[in-house]
Amino acid sequence: MADLFEDYRLGPGWDEMFGEPSMPRPTYEALHATLQPLSSAELGIRAEVLARAFLDQGITFALKGVERPFPLDIVPRIIAADEWRVVEAGVGQRVKALEAFLDDVYGAGQVLADGVVPRRIVVTSAHFHREAAGINPHNGVRIHVAGVDLIRDEQGTFRVLEDNVRVPSGVSYVMENRRAMAHVLPEVFAATRIQPVESYPGQLLRALRAAAPVGISEPTVVVLTPGVHNSAYFEHALLAREMGVELVEGRDLVCVGNEVAMRTTAGEQRVDVIYRRVDDEFLDPVHFRADSVLGCAGLINAARAGRVTIANAVGNGVADDKLLYTYVPDLIRYYLNEEPILPNVETYRLDEDPDVLAHVLDRLDELVLKPVDGSGGAGIVIGSQATDEQLAAVRERIEVDPRGWIAQREVALSMVPTLVGNRLRARHVDLRPFAVNDGEKVWVLPGGLTRVALPEGALVVNSSQGGGSKDTWVLTESATLADEPSAVDPPIVVVPSPHSPDPGPAGGPVAVQQQQQQQSARSSGAPPC
Amino acid sequence: MLSRIAESLYWIGRYVERAEDTARILDVHLHRMLADPWVDEETACRSLLGVMGVSPIEQPVSAARVVGLLGLDEHNPSSVVGALAAARENARGARETVSSEMWETLNATWHGLPDARRRVEQQGVHAFFRWVRERCSVLAGLTDATMSRDEGWLFLVLGRSVERVDMTARLLSTHVRAGGSIPSWLTLLRSCGAWETYLRTYRGSLDDRHAAEFLLLDRLFPRSVFAALSTAESCLAELEPDPSRAGVATDAQRIVGRSRTNLEFRGADELMADLGTVLAGLERTCSQVNDAVSRRYFRQTSAVLWLSEAVA
Repeated sequence: MADLFEDYRLGPGWDEMFGEPSMPRPTYEALHATLQPLSSAELGIRAEVLARAFLDQGITFALKGVERPFPLDIVPRIIAADEWRVVEAGVGQRVKALEAFLDDVYGAGQVLADGVVPRRIVVTSAHFHREAAGINPHNGVRIHVAGVDLIRDEQGTFRVLEDNVRVPSGVSYVMENRRAMAHVLPEVFAATRIQPVESYPGQLLRALRAAAPVGISEPTVVVLTPGVHNSAYFEHALLAREMGVELVEGRDLVCVGNEVAMRTTAGEQRVDVIYRRVDDEFLDPVHFRADSVLGCAGLINAARAGRVTIANAVGNGVADDKLLYTYVPDLIRYYLNEEPILPNVETYRLDEDPDVLAHVLDRLDELVLKPVDGSGGAGIVIGSQATDEQLAAVRERIEVDPRGWIAQREVALSMVPTLVGNRLRARHVDLRPFAVNDGEKVWVLPGGLTRVALPEGALVVNSSQGGGSKDTWVLTESATLADEPSAVDPPIVVVPSPHSPDPGPAGGPVAVQQQQQQQSARSSGAPPC
Repeated sequence: MLSRIAESLYWIGRYVERAEDTARILDVHLHRMLADPWVDEETACRSLLGVMGVSPIEQPVSAARVVGLLGLDEHNPSSVVGALAAARENARGARETVSSEMWETLNATWHGLPDARRRVEQQGVHAFFRWVRERCSVLAGLTDATMSRDEGWLFLVLGRSVERVDMTARLLSTHVRAGGSIPSWLTLLRSCGAWETYLRTYRGSLDDRHAAEFLLLDRLFPRSVFAALSTAESCLAELEPDPSRAGVATDAQRIVGRSRTNLEFRGADELMADLGTVLAGLERTCSQVNDAVSRRYFRQTSAVLWLSEAVA
């Protein structure tokens, strides 16, 4: 029988499964052993079951108005416990530094006065909102949820690609991927100890409740969605459902006298914490876009008055700005007095030094060019894959607005075997771990979303660019079943109660049976009418 | 509960019931047209379209055309396919409220709709209508088994009951309009899935009076107009925890209650003598209840006021 990995070729970039051809790394041995004996037809059937389940459950994202299932590849990505400890610490460190930075730029501005970050970078950022100045969250948290995009470079080192501290999405797929994979690959789950991911909604709810305005002991938390036509609507509904809170749209909210309330069948009910999945610009027509119907007039004033908490805080986008990203290692040193645990990707700033700009313009075909305020992979130009016309166009745009762009070294992202057609092929992946900050501690969900670029050689993994995802497994410290960790909860003992015999229908059962048998014997041959 | 969600649940109840009832009505009527050589297809089809609220059509009408309009037209929320799509769309907007199993059933049904047309071509309309009935039954079962009996449930059942009254009244109207000849009472009872129950109740005596009595007034058969009105009435009563000192608290309660007593305290003979008026009255009741419920629970918004002191 043809081996699934028979003609699997290592691609450019770190292969997560194989150190060298046909030699799986220790973390992947159990998975490799399970997959190898499967025929491609068998794997294809399981992949189909997976796709069907996603479609039926409506685990979709909307692309140009059409709902599509978010493709989940059947081969998971595995991260060893010791590798994960580094990621976890690095993500937590970054979130703490960015929190300190946001508090600073919307407050005293010490970091600007000290010249660690040039003032012009902050004030020219498209997502720096003066409206957010002076809104001081009760427990100090502005980044309740962060999604930090990581990649592994050619040496297998995790590097930060960008930070998302506005409205990072994708965590619902982490949870749904795990559920679906446990159904189609139960044998691998039985042989591997994987850290569970289902505690995310609970952690999120805890953090949101902790952020409630002062004096509210039993806060009402809601999730604010733009509505069913938003690409991440599935995620909004899932988070609301799993937290057991209302999923509201802007038209469900009303703001009077700095109090926010939702319209219910029993009248208006006060809302204390809004986990918003609506962008800043659409949140409050009084302060931002006057034509927005997705938000609620008066929200910002209510937040300023300390009567409602908006999570994530308004104005966080200044920390997402890709030019600011180049300063994050300095911010970690400045605020935390620590060395960055996770390195950035080598990045050029184009607005400081004319020589750097000239150097970059000379080498556009070797670099990756990114607009600083884009998200979802929009506007990215990969020099080596771009046409001359595309390079000329981006050159023109960079020359006009060097502040609006960064240039990065093209990193060959690490690769994981992925089902393409009916064979396994190496495809590039990234990783978005999710962090939740409750004000006491930054908790990082073990795993995160691994996105995979499905076209061969493609480096852009975003779902809006036709990417798929993989279930991401973080192994426990003791990865084998033999080292059973001691149970924290006492096991539940079920004492089976003895079954009393079913009395059955009253009347002479034997006689009835005989009659029925005779009846069927008589009518045999003719179909029952 | 959010007003918007309550409204969605109410409409999920209405649309699913509409899909099921329309499928039942069409199935039985089409079967009847095929089986009865004396039926004039054109007349029977026109009568059916009229009762179901489709505006009169110039061109000749065939059974296939009726299936297209009332069964498969995806842009018409009163057709089977359109109603199922509308129910799914409402559930999508209320996804954190309906149970996952309900959602999945509606969603999978919706994904199955493009196959509906093929199913009709390959296996005939009956197979399609049967599939629709089954999907609706699965949904009803899951609703029953997985939804907690809170406000959301009350709105869903209220919507289902209002729609059931409306559809049963329309069904009976097909009989009145056709001058009592087509379709027969047998057909009507079959449409409602009431045939066997009816036979057991009246020991096989099939006559107009008993059949009308059964579909309008039977206390025990869940698809009778009386049973559906009573269910709606109790839903409305539960939605208002504080009964008023005199009479009832809301317009909706008043409208439903009046309609129910109007049936209950007029004998079957009197109802039969005046059936056309009674049925028209029931259709009016449904639309009035719908408006009253919308006003009270779904549209209660305080107007946004721009006051200088509020902005400060």
